[in-house]
Formats: sequence, structure tokens, C-alpha cells
Amino acid sequence: MRYFFFIFFTLLYCSTSAANIYVGAKRSHRTISSALNEAKSGDTIFVDAGLYREKNLIINKSIVLKGVGSPVLDGEKKYEIISITADGAVVDGFKLIHSGISSLEDLSGIKVYDSRNVVIRNNILEDTFFGIYIQNGINCSIENNTLKATGVEEQQSGNGIHCWKGDSLRVIGNQISGHRDGIYFEFVKNSVIWRNVSKNNLRYGLHFMFSNDDMYVNNVFRNNGSGVSVMYSNRIKMFSNYFEENWGDAAHGILLKEISDGFMEGNYFKRNTSGIYMEGANRIYMKRNVFENNGWALKIQASCMDVVLELNNFIGNTFDVGTNGSLVLNRFNNNYWDKYDGYDLDKDKIGDIPYRPVSMYSMIVEKYPPAMILFRSFITSLLDKTEKLIPSLTPENLKDTAPMMKRAF
Amino acid sequence: MNKIIKYVITDILRNKIVLIYTVFLLAASFSVFSLEDNSSKGLLSLLNIILIVVPLVSIIFSTIYMYNSAEFIELLVSQPLKRNTIWLSLFTGLASSLSIAFLIGAGIPVLIYQANLVGFTMILTGVLLSIIFAAIAFLATVQTRDKAKGIGAAIMLWLYFSLLFDGLVLFILFQFADYPMENAMIGLSALNPIDLSRILILLQLDVSAMMGYTGAVFKDFFGASNGLIFSFFVLLSWIVIPVWYSTLKFNSKDL
Repeated sequence: MRYFFFIFFTLLYCSTSAANIYVGAKRSHRTISSALNEAKSGDTIFVDAGLYREKNLIINKSIVLKGVGSPVLDGEKKYEIISITADGAVVDGFKLIHSGISSLEDLSGIKVYDSRNVVIRNNILEDTFFGIYIQNGINCSIENNTLKATGVEEQQSGNGIHCWKGDSLRVIGNQISGHRDGIYFEFVKNSVIWRNVSKNNLRYGLHFMFSNDDMYVNNVFRNNGSGVSVMYSNRIKMFSNYFEENWGDAAHGILLKEISDGFMEGNYFKRNTSGIYMEGANRIYMKRNVFENNGWALKIQASCMDVVLELNNFIGNTFDVGTNGSLVLNRFNNNYWDKYDGYDLDKDKIGDIPYRPVSMYSMIVEKYPPAMILFRSFITSLLDKTEKLIPSLTPENLKDTAPMMKRAF
Repeated sequence: MNKIIKYVITDILRNKIVLIYTVFLLAASFSVFSLEDNSSKGLLSLLNIILIVVPLVSIIFSTIYMYNSAEFIELLVSQPLKRNTIWLSLFTGLASSLSIAFLIGAGIPVLIYQANLVGFTMILTGVLLSIIFAAIAFLATVQTRDKAKGIGAAIMLWLYFSLLFDGLVLFILFQFADYPMENAMIGLSALNPIDLSRILILLQLDVSAMMGYTGAVFKDFFGASNGLIFSFFVLLSWIVIPVWYSTLKFNSKDL
């Protein structure tokens, strides 16, 4: 009974204290900043549709700021539009345009400073320098925002969703295009990136540094300047992402550099110059991924160790695997390679002779790029065939000992 | 002129080799498309047929045909006909029957399975290669009366264009690996019609791998309209120059 009364009165207290404040041309508050001044923690501010030029809005109370009919906040190309310094603040349903540009202060559409439980959702950000910036946030959530920038140079453009230092962040269902990096994670732990679409960004679709124990699932990274880059991180899980059409000499579907204990399953790599580029990657387990129509499905440098590839499909790639040395400390097993021309006498659906995914010509092209012009000519296929019989240039141990005869799944 | 062309075509049809060639192309292309589970892989196998079989058949058949029609040519020369007309009608008849054979044999399956830009490029380059190697055969036959020598020369020419040339290019590439070779490669490729055709197809087939820096240089050149016009003209001149030169030779040849 005591507990009942306690809960009852607490609820009563809450319901009386949390007020609704309205902002609009015909409301008591004309500007959001005056409403913010009046609001107490726990209040909800509803903002009517319209154009608001409020310079820099600072949310320093745990309030809900909700746009009705997507009101426009204009930063006039000078200001950071919303700064959040309070735990539990919510920004929902705004359209933010024209933030200022400053490489000293990283001006953003919405920036969160040292706060917990902040929710940013259903906003549209156009022509902002940085889009949504979390600086030291814990348990914050960025959901269903659309970020569009029109940067041309990397220097003049910021990142879409930028998280610097954080824990338990959720980046879900955002659409990001035209920024420098679509999503940027640095020193972020235990976070999830789910169902985002990051495309046509100048540099990386997703840029990941020094961030451990994170997971990204069901994202699409398409046509970014250099694809996706995951560096210096441990225990990253990647499920069912699409990496598509990242074209260029230094563009990769995904770049894995100094990564340990990663897990990749069900990802699609389509039409990239190289699907995966691995350098200094350790203990990565790759299973049931699809590599289709890439220039190189996989470039695995000799500095990688204990990378395991199992049950992946390699279809229609120009080169399946490229490497730079003869040291092989990785394992290929039960993958399907469409270029495999072995046989299966005992009908167990596993080829009887090993498949060597590194063709001689891919080694030559790695060394002498202009040799690409001779690719698919009679003499190069002849070279490849002789190399298959007597391997001399290609690493002896880089082979799939049990290749699948049919697609792995 | 039309009469001679008509006669040449009916003669070629009658000796059935071109018909067998057509049937072979049809069977080969249908089987590569239906054997592979994805038809782009079929295109790759077909690429090898186009780059190796088409020039070979084209050059050998034309050479032998020309030597076998030596008496017919002598007969024609005794008629009130210009030598130009005789030679060019023979060429037109041969080249057109070979290209029609290719169009039917490889063109139809490609149109059925891969009616896209890659397919069309393949058909176009295949036809051009048929004509080019007929022209080269004419050049070989006009040089000598000796049949063995002429056919031998034709085979050597084929070997040179489809194998030795690429070996030389590869050698040059390795020797000059420290220098920027991209533009030189473009220049070299113009010296071999098979290479040029292969690159045109490659740029569409392996577009992702060609996106590296070097590939981008090629792509910028051959992919842009200027490069396409350039390669088309180079291929055309591979027809025009041998035909023109062999005509000159034939005009002053003691039969």
C-alpha cells in the first residue's frame, strides 16, 4: 500500500508538472527561444509550421521539442542550429537548413554535448555543415532523420552523423547523402547502426575508428567516394549490409584496417572496384556473404591473420582474390566460386580439387596496373592456365580446399 | 560489279564451309549461353570465340578461297572489266558472306540472351573483325602466287595478331614498368584490331575493375565519344588500308 501511494503521488506530480507549451505565429510564444526560457524540465514544446530564424537554440533542460508540420529552423549559414546540453532532451520533426560552416567549431545542425538519453528523430537536415553531432553521449538515439548536403570539397563539408566518444548509441533508419562521411564513429562503444542508407557521400559512407563492440545491420552504402572504412576497432559485427557501386582506385566496398575479432555475415558486395580490402585484420570470420560483379571481390594483404571465409558466394567478379605477398595465414573453406572448374566425383557437392582464387594475372595487375589493358586476351588466359598447373607467382597456400559446386546458399 | 558479288556469294554458299561455320557459331553461342547459369559468363566465353575463332576462320577461309578462284579471276580479267571492280567485288562478296554468317551465328543468340550495350558492342566488333581479317587475307594472297606461302603467311598473321602481339606488349610493359605507360598502351592497342576490339568490350564487361587509376585512363579515352570515334576509325582503316594496298598491287600484278 505504501508503494501504491508513492507511485500514485509520483504520477500525480508528474502529470501536473509536465506542461505543454505552444509556439507559432498565433500562439503565446512567437519564438522557440522564449518558449525554451519558460519551459521546465519535463515540458513539451509544440512548434507550428513556419520559418524560424532563432540563431542558436540551446536546450539545457530535459524537454521535448516537437515540430508539427515540420517547421523550418534556418541557421542563416552562420549558426549552429540546435545545441543540446541536457539529459533526456528530445528533438522531433523539424526541418533544419543552412547551418554555419566552421572547421574550428564543427558547427552542426544538431549537436549534443555530454548528455545521456537524448533522442533526435524524424528531422530533415539540408545544407548543414555537420548534420547531427554527438559529442560524448550515452544511450542517445538518432532515428529516421534525412540528411542532405551539397558539399563539393571535403574541406567545405562535414559529416552526416558524427559521433565522437559515446556509449550505447542507436543510429537507426537515417538517410544520409552528400556529406563528407555519411556516418562517423570515433571512440564509440556498444552501439548499433541499423537500417540506414548512406549514399553519394564525398569520402566514406561509414567511417569507423577506435570504436569497439559495435554492430551494424541492414544498412545500404552506395556510391560513396571511397566506400566504407572500419579501422582500429575490435569486436565489430556486420550483418546484412549492402555495399554497392563504390568506384575508384582507392574505393572499396569496405576497408578493414587493423580490425580484430570481427564477424561479417549476409553482406552483399556488388559492383565495387574492390569489395573488401583488408590490411592488418585479425580473427575476422566471414560467412554467407555475396560478392557479385566486383573488380576484386577481396583484396587481402599478407598482413592479415586468421581470417576465415566460409560459405560465401563469389559470382561474376573480374578477380576473386588479390594479395600482395606469399604469406597466407588465412583460411578459405566451402565457398562457391563461379570460376571453379574442378569436378565432384563422389557427388557430395564439394569439389574434389582445391580452388586457387588468386589468378596470376591479378598479381601482375597488382604490380603493373597498365597491364589491365591486356586482360582477357589469349596470352593472359594462357598464362593463367599454366600458372594453375604449376603455381610460381601466386601464393601456394591461398586456396579453398573444399569449394562448393553450387551456390553456398 | 553486282553480278560478280552475287556470283561470289552463291559460290561460297555452294561450298558449304561458311554454312558450317554459321552452324558452328550458332551451336557454340547457344551452348555457352545455356550452359552457364548467368549469361554474362556466357558472354565471356563468347568473347574468346569472337577474338580467336572469327579472325582465324575469316583469314584462312578468305586466303584459300582466293587461291582457289585464281582461274576464275584470270577469266574475269580477260573480260572487259576493270581490275579494281573485280578485286573489290570479290572482297565485298567474301566479307559480306562472312559477316552475315557471323551475324546469324553469333548475333542472334547474343540478341536473345544479352540484348544490351555489351552485346551490341560484341556483334559490331565481331562483324568488323570478320571484314578486317578478310582484308588482311587479300593482302596476303596478292603478295605471292605460291599457295603454301600465302596460306602460311595468313596463319602467321593470325598468330601474330592474336598471340605474339600481346606477348610483345606485355614484354614492353614489364621493361618500361617505371614509366607512365597508360597513353603508350592506348597507342599500341591501335596497332592490333583484335586488341582494340577486346578493349572496347572489356570496358563494358569489367567496368568495376577498370575503375582503378589506370583503368580510368583507358575508360576516359575509350569510353568518351572521341575515343569511340577514334577506335571505330582505326578499325575502319584496318579494313580500308589493306584493301586499298592490295587493290594497287592487284592492278599491276602479272597474273
